[in-house]
Amino acid sequence: MPEEQPSGLPKLKRKPLDWGFLVVATLSFGSMLWVTLRDGFSVSQHILAEDVWLFLTILPKVALGCLIGSLIRLMIARETIEKYVGEGSGLKGLAIAALIGTLFPAGPFTIFPLAAVLMVSGADRGAAIAFVSAWLLLGINRAIIWEMPFFGTDFVLFRFLVSLPMPVLLGLLARASIFDDFVNRPPPGEGKA
Amino acid sequence: MIVLAFTLALVLIAAALAFAAWRRSPALLTDGFSDAKTQFIHLLPRLAIGVLGSGFLAHLLPKETILAWFGPNSGLLGTALASVAGALTPGGPVVGYAIGAASLKAGADLAQVMAYVTAWSLFTVNRMISWEIPSMPARVVLLRVAVSLPFPFLAAWVTALVR
Repeated sequence: MPEEQPSGLPKLKRKPLDWGFLVVATLSFGSMLWVTLRDGFSVSQHILAEDVWLFLTILPKVALGCLIGSLIRLMIARETIEKYVGEGSGLKGLAIAALIGTLFPAGPFTIFPLAAVLMVSGADRGAAIAFVSAWLLLGINRAIIWEMPFFGTDFVLFRFLVSLPMPVLLGLLARASIFDDFVNRPPPGEGKA
Repeated sequence: MIVLAFTLALVLIAAALAFAAWRRSPALLTDGFSDAKTQFIHLLPRLAIGVLGSGFLAHLLPKETILAWFGPNSGLLGTALASVAGALTPGGPVVGYAIGAASLKAGADLAQVMAYVTAWSLFTVNRMISWEIPSMPARVVLLRVAVSLPFPFLAAWVTALVR
């Protein structure tokens, strides 16, 4: 049990300017303009029709993904997650951490602070890394909403199969005692062990 | 077929969750719907622009260059380049997927795209700087990156084997 409250945790920051969106918008409209100027209006129109069709076919899945994400987020309290992953020891702890990282629908502004809290409340670095890696590689919510539209179901399922064992393996690897020194050495200028 | 089965599975999961939420309290279900609606509306323009871009981008990407760098014969160097590109691609969820899908259409090898998407998921420098390092002990982040480094190569290798 931690003796002091995790008061030193970083506060949730406001989402900074959505650079990703700006980059995509510039790329998208830029390339549309370029195609239209270079190859003519009919080529451009043909691509546009394909894109619109793709967009329409993925909408139901995106809507379902949003609904599933919202319901899970509302029904599973953060404390529950802390409790299960916080106990994280042994292989079972890694597996639970990975499972929760896979299922828990949240953005980076929730996941990383949550992983930090988990470490304060007893999860070891292996469990924290399994949790974060599972969210990064296998996060189901993101896969449904973002990845499937672009790559299709087959690609995503295949990538999932390949990545499935990784969070637990990475957690195990991170636990290796050769890393003890590296992680425990206090960084200069900060008292955090 | 698999797409239909998957969509059906999603419907079932959503229905089961909605039922569970309603049993706990009908207000919870209403909250869930309104939360989902907010998120959906937030996502729509981003997704629309991303999908739009991936089609046009794929048309513009120089096929010969993509084939030479990331095509079926690009080997380990192609995987390495794809992984570095993945790490350097900025964070938002649309960017990496849009670029990956566009290069796949333009002739990049599936294994290299797998490496790209995996590296982008694991190492996006931009996301690490804005979210991960401020929230977590920096050494744990470094350790995570260090143990994950081989994985894009592994993923590409498995993809090439299976295909």
